[in-house]
Parts: sequence; structure tokens; C-alpha cells
Amino acid sequence: MANKALSRSIFSPREREQIDAGQLRRGLFWQRIGKGGFFVSALTGYFFLWAPIVLLVAFSFNDSRAVNEWRGFTFQWYENIFNDVVGTEARFSTDLMLNAVKNSLIVSLAATLISTVIGTMVALSLARGRFPGKKYLDGLLFLPVVIPEITQGVSLAMFFVVVFQYIERMTGLNPNFGFSTIIIGHVAFNISYVAIVVRARLAGMNPRLEEAANDLGADGWRTFWHVTFPLILPGVIAGGLLAFTLSLDDYVVTFFNAGVGTTTLPIFVYGLLKTSVTPEINAISTIMLVASTILIGVSLILQGRGVSRT
Amino acid sequence: MQARLTARNGRQNGFLLALPALLWLLFFFILPLAIVLIVSFMTRGTGGSAVLPLTLDHYERVFTVFDGIFVRSVRIAFITMVICLLAGYPLAFFIRTRRNAWVRNMALFMVILPFWTNFLVRTYAWRILLGREGTLNEMLVSAGVIQEPLQLLNTEFAVLVGLTYGFLPFMVLPIYASVERFDFRFVEAARDLGANDWHTFWRVVLPMTMPGVIAGCILVFIPAIGAFVTPDLLGGTRGLMIGNLIQGQFRGTGNMPLGAALSVVMMSVVMLSLIFYIRFSNRER
Repeated sequence: MANKALSRSIFSPREREQIDAGQLRRGLFWQRIGKGGFFVSALTGYFFLWAPIVLLVAFSFNDSRAVNEWRGFTFQWYENIFNDVVGTEARFSTDLMLNAVKNSLIVSLAATLISTVIGTMVALSLARGRFPGKKYLDGLLFLPVVIPEITQGVSLAMFFVVVFQYIERMTGLNPNFGFSTIIIGHVAFNISYVAIVVRARLAGMNPRLEEAANDLGADGWRTFWHVTFPLILPGVIAGGLLAFTLSLDDYVVTFFNAGVGTTTLPIFVYGLLKTSVTPEINAISTIMLVASTILIGVSLILQGRGVSRT
Repeated sequence: MQARLTARNGRQNGFLLALPALLWLLFFFILPLAIVLIVSFMTRGTGGSAVLPLTLDHYERVFTVFDGIFVRSVRIAFITMVICLLAGYPLAFFIRTRRNAWVRNMALFMVILPFWTNFLVRTYAWRILLGREGTLNEMLVSAGVIQEPLQLLNTEFAVLVGLTYGFLPFMVLPIYASVERFDFRFVEAARDLGANDWHTFWRVVLPMTMPGVIAGCILVFIPAIGAFVTPDLLGGTRGLMIGNLIQGQFRGTGNMPLGAALSVVMMSVVMLSLIFYIRFSNRER
């Protein structure tokens, strides 16, 4: 019956007339070609995604300043970046780099903490609460994910300029861009990502467990801490790690909202990347790749475990 | 009674729980966008700041002086989207059709992993590949395909490659989500009814995976049109995009209202494509 319905809706009578044995044979031939092409195109896709990364890592261990030939293995470039050397003439300070790492950690940890709490709360409210305008809140949460980062960075910077002028006129204080402005910006885009991850976890959870706790006399607070929270914890950690990675890697929003002395690692590295290609920069890049891969790996494992357990 | 009470409490808590996120996004996301809109109508003051009276000058400049860069940005974003679609669709199908669950997960993971590693670093990797003495030129010269190294870096081509590279996973993941739900018995049914590969694809497979295709296109097109790191690192002056222009207005001798006007026009393009997406995905349902 389904077949009949399909044949009526999908193929015109003329198309149905085209069926003949020869076509089937030709179809088989093309199927084989298609399968081959399918494999080739997929493998090309993977090659395209991975070749630059593999090359970058390889050249960070290459015993030559040139990036077009392999001359043997070395740790020289990793040693250099910890001894104030990058390239032959580029000015570089290990202290400045380590300071940027410290700044990055301050910003990312603060932004992660705030956005994980707020994001988890809004995920809970969207999954369990019922209030007017929920649909619009859903849309609002979706916006930071789809709007270009540069718009977020620029608009937030303008917002702060206006607010700072106002504060100065009202109180005589002279606030300026710094850690707090960067953290506010990071939290603004992180909330959405945390909420998405935690909501996915909540969707896979059995609501009867909470009902059972209620029936056994636990109040809302106790139900949350003894039932709901332990169950969504993998999702919360995964969301937090995602937020931490996004925050640690962010360049655009940070660039527009950073002040004096709050240079984060991406801002610092960007200055290096723009000037030249040197094996030391390859080494720094490799370290950053490894760090974010580990974070994301842990986050994905936690998410995966959450899914398989329910 | 007890159950009803907690249910009602849940309703109230529901809103209170959403309040911090709501306020944060209203203050630090929506309000700033409104300020950009207002600033875009203001006059340029000293040091690039914004003062009264209101004016339309900046919009005029956007459409007369900078229209070329706008057209280029839209073109680059569109071509990036098309390349990502042509490369991403088969890739999503490849992942879906792996029989072994472990292989399938690995295939998916191999697409996601580069996507979550540092974007700056991934873009920088192309500077190694595309440079004058870079890997690609070296390979082409030694293979005898070309005599002189080609100018690859600091061109529109380099920006296209970098953006496609950066956003390909954005295309693959939504399409994969669609393809994953796709019931392959429809393909069998179409074949039993005598459809050839071409018909099966165009009349059965593609229409049923269209929501993923549209979502992927939106997720590639929007960040691509606002791109600023990729054209800055790979494009040079020939690959300049709106993002670079906007950024330039916030430096020393910049012009904040002009930057705001550029942002507003860009946002309008983004919003139009979002509206198109919402309309289209509703109709699909």
C-alpha cells in the first residue's frame, strides 16, 4: 500500500513508463561508478579537513626553518618559545606569552563558571517550567549561536562605551575595558551553548524519577539536589567544558572588548600569526591544538556516557 | 493536593530559573544591538566617536563607497556555502552509510574534532600551505605542473579555501542529522518502482533531507558573511571583507557610526536569510 502511494506521489506516469531492463543494467553500472566516486569524495573531504592540521604539527617538529621539506625531528622550536626566541628577527617574550596564558585562564574560568550556572538554570526552566513567552526565550537563546561573532563583539563594545560615558557623567568614576568586559561578552555567547548541551541531557532523562521523589515526600529543592542534579551532572560538566574551550579560543569578542593589560592568549598569538610563518609559531599552535583537543575529548566522552546510560 | 502545589511552584520557579539568562542576554546582547542601530544614524564626532545630530550619511557611504566590498563578501559567503554543500552532502551520506557503529562514530568524530580545535590555528595552517614557498607551491613546482610559484596567499581564493575549511563541519553536522533520520527503505521502494539513481536522488532522497541542507546552508552562510579572522590572515587587501571594514572603524582614526551602519546592513542580510530559513523550514514541516 505504501508502495502504491509512493508511486502515485513521486513518479509521473511518463517516468513509470521509462522502466525497462536495459535501464536497470545501466543503473547497476552507474551504481558502481557512483560508489567509487562517493568513496573518493568522502576521503577527499577528510583529507581536506586533516591535512593542514597534520602538516602544522609535523612542521613544528621539523629540523628546518623552511616549511617545504622535512629535515628530521627536533624539539628545538618548543625550547625556543620558552627562551624568548621566535624566528630570526621577531620580537618575542616568553613572559608576555605566559602572562597571556594566565589572563586567558582567568577569563575562561570566570566566564565558564557564570555561564554554566546560568545556562543550566535556563535549560532546566525550558525543560520543566511552563510560563508564557517560553517560545521567545527559546528563540533568544538561539540567536547568539547564529549571529556573526563580529556583530556581537562590536555591539557589546559600543554598549560599554555608552554605559561608561554615562557612569562617568553620573558618578565621576572612570570605568574602562578590562577583564570584566571580556568575561561579560564570553558569558553572553556561552549561555546558549551550555543550555543546548544540558537540555539535550534533560531530554534523555526520565521525568518519572522526579515525580517519584515528589511522591516520596521530597520537596523541590531536595528533589533537585538528590535526583535531578546527579542525573544531569555529565551534561553540566560537558556544557561547562564546551564553554571553557569556546572562551579559551575566542578571538573576535575578546579583541573588541579587551583593555590594557588584559591580552589573552588568542590575542597574543594572533599578533604572531599575522607577521610570519615560523616553526616556533607552529610549536605554539600545536600546543594550543592539543589543549583544546583534550578538553573537547573529555567533554564528548562525558556527553557520550550520558547518552548511553539512559 | 501535594502534587498540584509542587506543579504550581514548578511553574513559578520555571520563570525565575530563566531570569538570569534572560536578563544577561537582554542587557549584553539585545540592548547592544539596539545601540548599534541608534549609533548608525549619528554623526561622527572627534576621535571617531558618535554625536548628534542624526544623519543618513553613513548608509549612503555604505551603498556608494563600500558596495564593492559588500558584493564581494556576499559572493564569497555564497560560493563558500555552495562548495561546503557539494563537499558536505556526500560526506554526511558516507558517515551515515557506514554499517559498523564504531566506524560510523569515528567518521563523525573525525569531522567534529577539527571543528572544535582553535580556529586561529587552523586558519594559520593554510598560511603554511599556500605561501609562496609553501607546501602546495613546492609540490606543484617539483611535479612540473608550474614553473614559477603561484600567488595563492592574499587572494580571494585563499579566503574561499580558508572559509570552506573552517565551516565545512557546520554543513556536515545538520545534513548528517537529517540523513540519520532518513529511512533507506524509501530508496528501495523507489528502486522497486523502477526509478533510476538520478530520479531516486532528486525526487526522494534530496527532498527528504532538505531541512538539514537548509540548516547547513544558513550555518555556513551567516558566519561566512561576517568573517573577519580568515580574510585578515589569508586575504590581504584583495580578499578584504565587510568584517575587516567594520573592525577598521574601531581603530585609532576609525569612524564608529560608519562601523555601526556597516554592521546594521550586514545584520539585515543575516536576518533576511534567517527569515527565509524559518519560513522554509516551517513549510517543510
